[in-house]
Amino acid sequence: MTEWDTSKPILEIENLSISFFTRLREIPAVMDFSCSVMPGEAMGLVGESGCGKSTVALAVMRDLGRNGRITAGSIRFKGRDLTHMTEDDLRHIRGKEIAMIYQEPMASLNPAMRVGDQLAEVPMIHRGLSHADAMAQARQIISDVRLPDPDRILRAYPHQLSGGQQQRIVIAMALMAKPALLILDEPTTALDVTVEAGIVDLVKDLGRKYGTSMLFISHNLGLILDVCNRLCVMYSGEAVETGTVTEVFDRMRHPYTQALFRSIPLPGADKNARPLIAIPGNFPLPHERPRGCNFGPRCDYFEAGRCDAATVPMDLVPGSSRHETRCLRWRDIDWAAPPKAGRVTEKLAPGRLVLKLEDLKKYYSVSSGAFGGGAEKVVKANESLSFEARENETLAIVGESGCGKSTFAKVLMGLETATDGQIMLFDENVQDTPIQARNTDTVSKLQMVFQNPFDTLNPSMTVGRQIIRALEIFQKGTSDADRVERMLTLMDMVKLPRAFADRMPRQLSGGQKQRVGIARAFAGGAKIVVADEPVSALDVSVQAAVTDLLMDIQRENHTTLLFISHDLSIVRYLSDRVMVMYLGHVVEMGTTDQVFSPPYHPYTEALLSAVPIADTRVKKRRIVLEGDIPSAMNPPPGCPFQTRCRWKTEVPGDLCDTDLPPVKVMAGGHQIKCHLSDDILNGMEPVISMAADEARG
Amino acid sequence: MLFFILRRSGVMVLTALALTFVVFFMTNLTPNLEKLAKSEASVRMSDDQVASWLDSHGFTRPLLARYGEWLGVVPGWTHTDASGRVTGRCIGPDRAADAAPARCGVLQGEWGQSSVFKRPVSEILARSLGHTGWLMLWVMLVMVPTALLIGVLSGMREGTATDRILSTFAIATTATPEYVSGVILIVVFGSATAGISPILAEWGWISGRTLFQGTATSAMTKITFWNFGLPVITIALYGIGYIARMTRASMTEVMTQQYIRTARLKGVSFAQIIVKHALRNALIAPFTVIMLQFPWLLNGVVIVETLFNYKGFGWTLVQAAGNNDIQLLLACSVVAVLVVLVTQLISDIGYVFLNPRIRLS
Ligand SMILES: Nc1ncnc2c1ncn2[C@@H]1O[C@H](COP(=O)(O)OP(=O)(O)OP(=O)(O)O)[C@@H](O)[C@H]1O
Ligand code: SF4
Ligand code: SF4
Ligand SMILES: [Mg+2]
Repeated sequence: MTEWDTSKPILEIENLSISFFTRLREIPAVMDFSCSVMPGEAMGLVGESGCGKSTVALAVMRDLGRNGRITAGSIRFKGRDLTHMTEDDLRHIRGKEIAMIYQEPMASLNPAMRVGDQLAEVPMIHRGLSHADAMAQARQIISDVRLPDPDRILRAYPHQLSGGQQQRIVIAMALMAKPALLILDEPTTALDVTVEAGIVDLVKDLGRKYGTSMLFISHNLGLILDVCNRLCVMYSGEAVETGTVTEVFDRMRHPYTQALFRSIPLPGADKNARPLIAIPGNFPLPHERPRGCNFGPRCDYFEAGRCDAATVPMDLVPGSSRHETRCLRWRDIDWAAPPKAGRVTEKLAPGRLVLKLEDLKKYYSVSSGAFGGGAEKVVKANESLSFEARENETLAIVGESGCGKSTFAKVLMGLETATDGQIMLFDENVQDTPIQARNTDTVSKLQMVFQNPFDTLNPSMTVGRQIIRALEIFQKGTSDADRVERMLTLMDMVKLPRAFADRMPRQLSGGQKQRVGIARAFAGGAKIVVADEPVSALDVSVQAAVTDLLMDIQRENHTTLLFISHDLSIVRYLSDRVMVMYLGHVVEMGTTDQVFSPPYHPYTEALLSAVPIADTRVKKRRIVLEGDIPSAMNPPPGCPFQTRCRWKTEVPGDLCDTDLPPVKVMAGGHQIKCHLSDDILNGMEPVISMAADEARG
Repeated sequence: MLFFILRRSGVMVLTALALTFVVFFMTNLTPNLEKLAKSEASVRMSDDQVASWLDSHGFTRPLLARYGEWLGVVPGWTHTDASGRVTGRCIGPDRAADAAPARCGVLQGEWGQSSVFKRPVSEILARSLGHTGWLMLWVMLVMVPTALLIGVLSGMREGTATDRILSTFAIATTATPEYVSGVILIVVFGSATAGISPILAEWGWISGRTLFQGTATSAMTKITFWNFGLPVITIALYGIGYIARMTRASMTEVMTQQYIRTARLKGVSFAQIIVKHALRNALIAPFTVIMLQFPWLLNGVVIVETLFNYKGFGWTLVQAAGNNDIQLLLACSVVAVLVVLVTQLISDIGYVFLNPRIRLS
């Protein structure tokens, strides 16, 4: 170990192939994968779900499970081949030299063991420390990961901590033995953006402080830009492009990478003038890969006879620092050419008023205590919501988990009745009418698209049948034949092949299922559609297609779209007006331009700063929020945001601690719920700015 | 927590009342009472004589009142016969009519007199519970560690040969009821004419005629491995299979959890993963089962004690039921209810204790 030379890569994966062996067949999950990580370097691994990112990470840990096997290639860590190491040797590497952090923090901590013991275990195993010494070190590391009150946390059980705190503990655990290599598999996917920003910051700082090399896995290009020096883009089990972050982001040389960037909403994209370009088709399953280039069937530059002839090798781009691409035609492609002009559409003018909410409140009462009893508590899920929405309009509702977005959707849909306030739907008062009591007409005009396309379809009914069921419920169509015809039209509308009507939901991909969900929602000629995170469960390349579809349908049917999301990039791309919620309160509301540029509500400012943007030209001011979102059971007095607000000191007295701020109406009807004076608000600087240099090539 | 225990105790008392009332009702059906009268007084009584005997012994009072008497909340019956002699529930050979208390029931600690054994119920119960207590103790000592060991060993590496063998054993034992396994064990180990004992005796390896004793009567005075082994194993076997299967299921589930992977990737050795990380989480479910096994063990105890002629609680229960011994049966049902409910309480409390996620604030 000592003779390992620090100018050599710390991790060197060469021609790695991994297969899973199931009863049916061998699944080649990863093929001919190579990459290397230098000491102190952060290597990113991006790609869509199922492309084999986690499999690579687990192969490095040699933890592929019973049916996974490395079939070829080598993984060298500090010059030693991990693929042939014995369990015993591996034990000395795991946790000590290589540590891994994965997605769900709650699941990766032992629920029946105190946090302190779980942390202390690491140095006790690897350095033979006594329990007391190990605990002292654990206490030290807890303050390193910026958790307050280390003594309480050491004694806590995992379930007593919030999601963000748990993830910090998992990071702390990984760092206990000061490993040389840290593998992070989507470490923040389950977390809110502001919490994510804090964690990412922490990981970067600690990496720098301890000189740890990192293998950072994510599907989010923005995060990769934020954290990594180099990255490797994976597609269907292969690395298709690798290079430094700037090379790959600004001078990509693989059509898939290019398509990926064109399908994500970056600042500057606009749903009317510069729409996103979805990648056509679907990701091939490992056992259904095409001959030749895996990306062939979806590639714009595909050349028959060449691209589908033989396996494509990696090719080094001359004059770069190990920039490689797995494309035969990269020299022929004009990389500077602008994307084929997408359809440019006209912005629709907002029409008549269709929905008006006044002072809507929704409180839940919950009882605490494990065996019943305990005090009744009131959770204020929605506090005095007022807004209106017009025909043709897209109104985005943004906020982090627990801010009351979904409660609001439920109240609107009639799945819950409001505690107080008014909801005017068209010209009807519906705040007290639960969905069962609403007439079919109202129900069919107001429909919902859900977050998870997997849960909302009946698994044992064909797709066509499900849409026909919806038509029947909404009393559309005069005869069965007519309804079948309408169903097929709906399939056309959501751009699904008509043949899919006979398929079962399990035979569809996530994006296709979501299309069926959309078709169902529009079966009754919906006028208002509430879309609750409709694309967040989908892969980036599919997200673009689904959002596009929603926009198209909106244009045709003059629908009002209420788009609930935590993803500010997509909100900026498609919405006309934005409403920002925090702990049940609307803290800011205005047109998209008003909300995305100063003056901001302090929370919006932090939220904007937290969103990772995959564009090297974007300069962001970093505002990292301290702490977690308070529990809705126990909101702070005064301003809901006061526990994390960095502007609080600018407000005279203790107004923020005691008084709920009033809604301040600024120029152009822009509303902000904050005590800050107009001067200070107007003096705010933009969070995001473009280094306005040359267009990307 | 205190509130929880109080509430559970309340439920327990109510259940006990309801159940004993049912038993009381059943044992006091008219045919049963007539049988009682005939066996207590004279078999050749006329119907009139039976009626007057029942009347003079307080059996004609309303059912609820008599249940109250048994509980000790209603004053016991008294009867003055033609000669002016006063008899009554609380009056007996050693307690004169004027010195007797008004109430004498369970609440006063008086469980009545067993009609089969002609002795106070409390005495019989104490003795038989003592015997059964020893039996249970040994069953638990054999059953719990064996079952947990089998469950953990087979669950920690699912699908291996060890797992298959142990799982097969566990399923076989739960599928065999005690009256089958008991008989088989006696034939194989405790019979002078069949099984392995004759062979061992022939070879001179054992001095007696059988390896194990086929009856446990002598264990009531002195427990030895040879006289107690078979009954203990018979009861334990069934429970072992059951608990082992629960433990295995729980263990295999825990082994696929992410935190086990975390531990593995921390470099914790396999043995330590099992002991420090998996065991506690895996034992939460079986613990409940073990506690719920207790009342069920009573069931096995009835069969095994009868089979091995060991005069414990189960044997007594069989005698009482067979002879319509009202007082003894009632007392037995009280004990049974208490065992069921107390173990349930312990199981709930233990569950809370093992599982920090639901620990009370
Ligand atoms: N234990 C397993 N048995 C069979 N196939 C598996 C197994 N684990 C993974 N696979 C398959 O291997 C391929 C790669 O999976 P992997 O989990 O590495 O993808 P990923 O890139 O991490 O995706 P995600 O972004 O969803 O986490 C997938 O097709 C998956 O279905
Ligand atoms: S090899 Fe051909 S099909 Fe594959 S990415 Fe390059 S141009 Fe496209
Ligand atoms: S009212 Fe005070 S605490 Fe609340 S957002 Fe404004 S400045 Fe911050
Ligand atoms: Mg993964």
